Amino acid sequence: MRRELIKFALFAAVVLTVPAVVKGGYLLNVLVFVGINTMLAVALNLLLGFAGQISLGQAAFYGLGAYLSGILTATHGWNPWLALFAAAAAVGLLAFAIGFPILKLKGHYLAMATLGFGIIVYIVFNEYVDVTGGPSGFPGIPGLQIGDLRFDSDLKSYYLIWTTALLIMLLAVNLTRSRIGRALRAIHDSEVAARVLGVNARLLKVQVFACSAVISCIAGSLYAHTVTFISPSTFGFHFSVELLTMVIIGGLGSIYGSCLGAALLTLLPEFLRTFQDYDIVVYGLLLIVMTMFMPGGLVQGAATVWRLALRLLPAKGRGDA
Amino acid sequence: MRKLAMVWMVLCLVLSAGTVLAEPLRIGALFSITGPAAFLGEPEKNTLEMLVKEINAKGGVKGQPVEAVIYDTTGDPTKAVQLATKLIKDDKVVAIIGPSTTGETMAVKPITEKEQIPLISCAAGIKITDPVNPWTFKTPANDHIAGEKILNYAVGKGQKKFALLTVSDGFGSSGREQLKGLLAKKGLELVADETFGPKDTDMTAQLTKIRAAGPDAIICWGTNPGPAVVTRNVKQLGIKIPLYMSHGVASKKYIELATPEAAEGVMLPAGKLTVFDKIKESDPQARLLKEYDAAYRKTFGVEASTFGGYAYDALQLIVAAVQKNGASSDQIRSGLEQTSKVVGVSGVFTMSAGDHNGLDLSAFEMVRITAGDWAIIQ
Repeated sequence: MRRELIKFALFAAVVLTVPAVVKGGYLLNVLVFVGINTMLAVALNLLLGFAGQISLGQAAFYGLGAYLSGILTATHGWNPWLALFAAAAAVGLLAFAIGFPILKLKGHYLAMATLGFGIIVYIVFNEYVDVTGGPSGFPGIPGLQIGDLRFDSDLKSYYLIWTTALLIMLLAVNLTRSRIGRALRAIHDSEVAARVLGVNARLLKVQVFACSAVISCIAGSLYAHTVTFISPSTFGFHFSVELLTMVIIGGLGSIYGSCLGAALLTLLPEFLRTFQDYDIVVYGLLLIVMTMFMPGGLVQGAATVWRLALRLLPAKGRGDA
Repeated sequence: MRKLAMVWMVLCLVLSAGTVLAEPLRIGALFSITGPAAFLGEPEKNTLEMLVKEINAKGGVKGQPVEAVIYDTTGDPTKAVQLATKLIKDDKVVAIIGPSTTGETMAVKPITEKEQIPLISCAAGIKITDPVNPWTFKTPANDHIAGEKILNYAVGKGQKKFALLTVSDGFGSSGREQLKGLLAKKGLELVADETFGPKDTDMTAQLTKIRAAGPDAIICWGTNPGPAVVTRNVKQLGIKIPLYMSHGVASKKYIELATPEAAEGVMLPAGKLTVFDKIKESDPQARLLKEYDAAYRKTFGVEASTFGGYAYDALQLIVAAVQKNGASSDQIRSGLEQTSKVVGVSGVFTMSAGDHNGLDLSAFEMVRITAGDWAIIQ
């Protein structure tokens, strides 16, 4: 556990000193969104990487957070923090309620059910025009504020989002190292075996589903208050798939991998802009290559490459001599 | 030694060139060039690049060359926000053209307002300029102008009861809201209010309900392919009352999708670019439209579209503002507000502090589809 804490402290130190290196500008703005995507990827990884339950409806929880926060603050004048917690509680309950029937399903059927849920929520955002503003979106959401400190610049948003993301990562790392984490992995490998060993698999699956939903919901609230405008297209099926890609590219079951996957998928398109019209092709190729040669995800892949390099380097040295 | 002399010469050349060339006028642009709204972004990007080349070939604006920094938002509001920040902070542009869709524009708006950079949107949603913000403008005509054009014509024909059939996306829901407001204002009756999904392939259910309500005319609001399906269904059901479409289908593609037989007699308000070869020579836009279409055809091999026109107008308005007032963001902003009778593709623009769109009913012509082609209703 101590080693784990040192690792986390190092990671946190790097994250918190990044703004000093980046010095504002556009990259910092993108990094704010990397932070939001990190929370979402970690949430999905808890469910998929540890408990082995797929969800194609994560964008729905993300969107529910954003819309509940937006509607409660802009339409009903609630305090943004109160709205954030109220939304998280409501979404947690909702996830708990739908978790029981949905998580009885396995594999493709579970994927279909969560996909269906995601699409239903998307349709509600799109069609319930009087409340959500419909397809043209919901403007005028107030920013967050603690006392006199208003989170209205990229730098302030960066610290707000990343502090939350780090907290969530710490919780996730803790959770996976606990008795519950081991039970989840047991369910992942064989649900029957886990149940034989006395793990309440059904309840545990629903709990981790709800936990993942609440994290996604908080990320959604933070998104709404940071961008101050939301529209349904941000929370569609497409985004659920993008999240899934982040988690898989980063590495199933690796919390830091999720952060890396989120960073890669958010930043890569920006760096590929130099390829102009071909950026999408290069992006697709890179994803294919990564999944082909690093099936365990980036974190594991990097370790393999490192070991390979260590083995090759001395050999090359001998060759030169 | 000779090498050194060469380097010296090159350096001199570069430095002198630097002093001769004026600092370019940097204008940012956000278009959804790929993704679901690519049909908007692609012609917008093409038009902007073409127009910038044209302006620079003529010596720029007040001796300053124009440089357009164009980014692809893929239709994603989050990406549009990031790229707007990039344009303002990294590229240091004086004004931004776009984004292509209403959702993206609403997402970008708070940023450009905070950073005080004029934003000229290429999206039609009325929320963009109503209520007016000092820093936000748009070039496409408001939906209610198109709606008013239809209703003015319909009232002239003695029609009093209307049925609405709108698509459930940004364009449709905005049109539905505007039309309902207009109907109430004009004291006309709304007897049916139906909607359809953007990807629906059969609207007979909605049309049967509409027929039962007994309206004098149907107004359908959407972009392809939905309205084409509606047109065919109307024909199949043998509904004989007039069918009005929105300006959203004012392209030959619609007639093709609906088939010329089914589309016969359908009426709609169209931007003048659609009928540029049929409007009077005396029309103030006639020459500009002809030139734009010819130039676009020559460069890209396809006919110019209304959407490209939005970007064309945005740049023309900025150029006019710079010529009148100066090239800083603040000067462009106040210059835009003083826009007076600037002829564009979408219409003749006259803006004010209270009107950041500047188009009126003359931006549209009522047309009737006759034998697979447009015919202007006099």
